[in-house]
Amino acid sequence: MHVLVCIKQVPADPSAVKVDRKTNTLIREGIPVVVNPFDLFAIEEALRLRERMSSSGQKGRVSVITMGPPQARSALEEAIAMGADDAVLLSDRAFAGADTLATAYTLSRGIRRIEDSTGAKVDIVICGRQSTDGDTAQVGPELAEMLGIPHLVRVRKVESLTRESIRVERIADGGYDVIESCLPVLLTVEKGINQPRVPSLRGLMRARKAGIPVWGAQELGVEAQQVGLAGSPTRVIRVFSPERQRRAEMLTGSPEAVARLLVDRLMTAM
Amino acid sequence: MDYSLTEEQRMIKDLASRIARERILPEAARLDEAEEFPWEIMRVLGESDLFGVWIPEEYGGLGGGVFEQCLVMEELSRACAGVATSYAASALGAFPILLFGTEEQKQKYLPDIASGKRLAAFALTEPDAGSDAGNIRTTAVRDGDSYILNGTKQWITNGGEAEVYTVFATVDRDKGVRGITAFIVEKGTPGFEFGKKEKKLGIRSSSTRELAFRDCRIPRENLLDREGKGFIVAMRTLDRTRPGVAAQAVGIAQAALDLAAAYAMERVQFGKPVGEFQAIEHMIADMATQIEAARALTYSVARMIDAGARDFSKESAMAKVFASDVAMKVTVDAVQIFGGYGYMRDYPVEKLMRDAKVTQIYEGTNQIQRSIIGPQVLREAARRKAGQAKGITNS
Ligand SMILES: Cc1cc2nc3c(=O)[nH]c(=O)nc-3n(C[C@@H](O)[C@H](O)[C@H](O)COP(=O)(O)OP(=O)(O)OC[C@H]3O[C@@H](n4cnc5c(N)ncnc54)[C@H](O)[C@@H]3O)c2cc1C
Ligand SMILES: Cc1cc2nc3c(=O)[nH]c(=O)nc-3n(C[C@H](O)[C@H](O)[C@H](O)COP(=O)(O)OP(=O)(O)OC[C@H]3O[C@@H](n4cnc5c(N)ncnc54)[C@H](O)[C@@H]3O)c2cc1C
Repeated sequence: MHVLVCIKQVPADPSAVKVDRKTNTLIREGIPVVVNPFDLFAIEEALRLRERMSSSGQKGRVSVITMGPPQARSALEEAIAMGADDAVLLSDRAFAGADTLATAYTLSRGIRRIEDSTGAKVDIVICGRQSTDGDTAQVGPELAEMLGIPHLVRVRKVESLTRESIRVERIADGGYDVIESCLPVLLTVEKGINQPRVPSLRGLMRARKAGIPVWGAQELGVEAQQVGLAGSPTRVIRVFSPERQRRAEMLTGSPEAVARLLVDRLMTAM
Repeated sequence: MDYSLTEEQRMIKDLASRIARERILPEAARLDEAEEFPWEIMRVLGESDLFGVWIPEEYGGLGGGVFEQCLVMEELSRACAGVATSYAASALGAFPILLFGTEEQKQKYLPDIASGKRLAAFALTEPDAGSDAGNIRTTAVRDGDSYILNGTKQWITNGGEAEVYTVFATVDRDKGVRGITAFIVEKGTPGFEFGKKEKKLGIRSSSTRELAFRDCRIPRENLLDREGKGFIVAMRTLDRTRPGVAAQAVGIAQAALDLAAAYAMERVQFGKPVGEFQAIEHMIADMATQIEAARALTYSVARMIDAGARDFSKESAMAKVFASDVAMKVTVDAVQIFGGYGYMRDYPVEKLMRDAKVTQIYEGTNQIQRSIIGPQVLREAARRKAGQAKGITNS
C-alpha cells in the first residue's frame, strides 16, 4: 500500500510573516522555516499506517512531496529522518506565486508522475488540515478533486484500515462523524491525531544522503500558464479575520411557551 | 566558542538539544516534583538512537565515543539533569561490557542497550563502601557452573528500572580489591530484589535504589573478565564516564547562566535592569568564563580518550572536578541573581542548584578526584626530576 504525504515548509514564527502591501503576497525571504506543524501529524499518521500494514503482513511505502523553493529540501529531509521511504521536490521558478488552485494542480501532476513510475495508484494521500502561513485549508480538497478521489477532512483518528477501505473519525461542528471511504482517498488531519516522533540519528544520516529528485514544469509536463502566479486566478484584495456571523440563542420556558416564542420569531423574521 | 564539530557530531548535538527543548524541558518541573521516572522520555531517546552514540556499529550503536556521549549529556542536562542521569547510568552500566565483555556478552547485551530497549545500571556502592569501594561485602561464591551472590547495594541509579546490571562482588574478602569481581545480572533473576527508592535533594526524576541479592544464582558466562579483575573493571569504566558527569555539570551550569542572564536584563530595580549593575554584570562574566573553561576541558579530555590515549585517569578526574565545582558555583550565583524569586520553586533556578550538587558527589567525590590528580602530578614531577638527573630532557 502506498501512502503519500503532502508537506509545506512554513515560517517558524507565523507572526513574523509580513504581507507585501503592494502585491498582497507573503514575504517569505530570510526567515527561519519549519515543516508546517499540521504536516508533522500527517507524516506521523502515514508512518503509523505503514506500521499497521506491516503488522498485518502487507508491505507499505510512505512517500513525501512538497512544492517549494530549493531550500524546501530540508523539509523533505526531516520527513525522511522521521522514517519516510522517499521524497520528491517540485521546484521551478515557474511555480512561484501559486495560489491554492495552482498549488493543488502542481501537486496533482507530481503525484501522477509518481504513479506513472510505480505503475500503481497512490492508495492514501494525507495533507495537514491547513498551513500556518497561508491558512486556507483548501489545498487538500482541491487536490482530491484533481486526482478524482474522495476526501475526508479534519480527521482526528483512523479507526480501521483494510486493503479497500478506511474508517475514520472526522471532526464536525459540535462533535465528530465516524465515516468510511473506499480507497484511494485523501485525508487532511488535525493536530492531536497522534504525537509526531522526533527523527532518529540514523534517519537524519540517511536523509542527508538521500537522493531527492527535483521535478520542474518540464518533468511534470505542465504549461507555464497553468502553474505559479500565471496559473493562479486568486487575487488577494484585502486580508482580514471574518466576523463570526452565526449566533445561537437559547429559548427557555415550558415546551409550549418555547414553541410559541419560536413561532413568533419565525413570523417576524419572514 | 567553536569546537569544530564534525557534521555527525553537530547532528547529534542538535537532535539532543531538540529533544531536550521539545520533550524534556516542558516535563522537567513536574517530574522533579513527582519524583517520577521519565519512561516516556527514555522511549523517545531510544527511538532517536541516542543511547547508542558511544557503542560501536557492530553492536548496534552509531560508532561514536566518549565525546559524542558528552555532547548528548550536556544538551539533556540543560533541560533536566535527572533525565540526563538516567540516560548516563545506562552507559555507566554497559561500558564494562564493551570494555571487558566477551564477544558473546557484547552481542547479547549491547544492541538492546544501544536501542534503548533495555536500560543498564552500575552497582558498586554499598552502605559501608562508598569512596572506599574496595571494601564491598557483597559476596560471590562459585558453585559448579554458577556463582551465588549475597549482599546489598545502595544508591544504584536506574535501580528497578534497568534490565541489565553490572554488579561488583568479592570472591574472597581476604584478597581485598584483588577479590573484587564483576558480573552481569539480569532483572528477574531469582534472588535479585529491589529495596527502597531514595528521596533526594536533586535529580529527583532519576531512580536511586537499593539492590538486594539473596542466594542469587547467576550463570558463569555472566562473569565479566576474570575473577579478581572487578576493581580494574570499575576504575577503567569510571575513567571513561567521568567526562560525562563533567558534561552534565556544564549543561546544568549553562542552563543557569542562560536563565540568569535573561532575568538580569528583565528585572528592574532602582529604575534599571539589575544586569546593568556592575556587581551583577561581573558575576555573569565570571559564570560565562568558567563554563567555557569547563566545557573546553571536558571536550579536550573526551577527545583525548577517543583518540586512543592509554592513561587518562588524571585528565578525566580533572574534567569532573572542575566542571562540577563550576556548576555548583554558577547555579548558586544564578539563584543569587534571581534574588528571592530564585529561591521559589515556581522558578527553575533552584532546581538547577539542587541538581548541580550531585555532580560533586557521584562517580567519585571531588575529594577522591583530587586524590587521583594530586599523586599523579607528584609522580610525574618525580619522574621528571629523575629524568633530569640522568640528563634527559622531558617535556
Ligand atoms: C495573506 C495571504 C496572501 C496570499 N497571497 C497570495 C497571492 O497573492 N497569490 C496567490 O496565488 N496565493 C496567495 N496566497 C495563498 C498561497 O500563497 C498559499 O500559501 C498556497 O497556495 C498554499 O495554500 P495554503 O498555504 O493556504 O495551504 P493549505 O490549503 O492551508 O494547506 C493544507 C495542506 O495542503 C498541503 N500543502 C499546502 N501547500 C503545499 C505545498 N506547497 N506543497 C505540498 N503540500 C502543500 C499541506 O499538506 C497542507 O497542510 C495568500 C495567502 C495569504 C494568507
Ligand atoms: C544520586 C546518587 C546516585 C548514585 N548512583 C550510584 C550508582 O549508580 N552506582 C553506584 O555504585 N553508586 C552510586 N552512587 C554512590 C556514589 O558513587 C557515592 O555516594 C560516592 O562514591 C561517595 O561515597 P559515600 O557517599 O559513601 O561517601 P563517603 O565515602 O562516606 O564520603 C564522605 C565524605 O568523606 C570524604 N572522603 C572519603 N574518603 C576520603 C579520602 N580518602 N580522602 C578525602 N576525603 C574522603 C568524601 O569526599 C565525602 O566528602 C550514587 C550516589 C548518589 C548520591
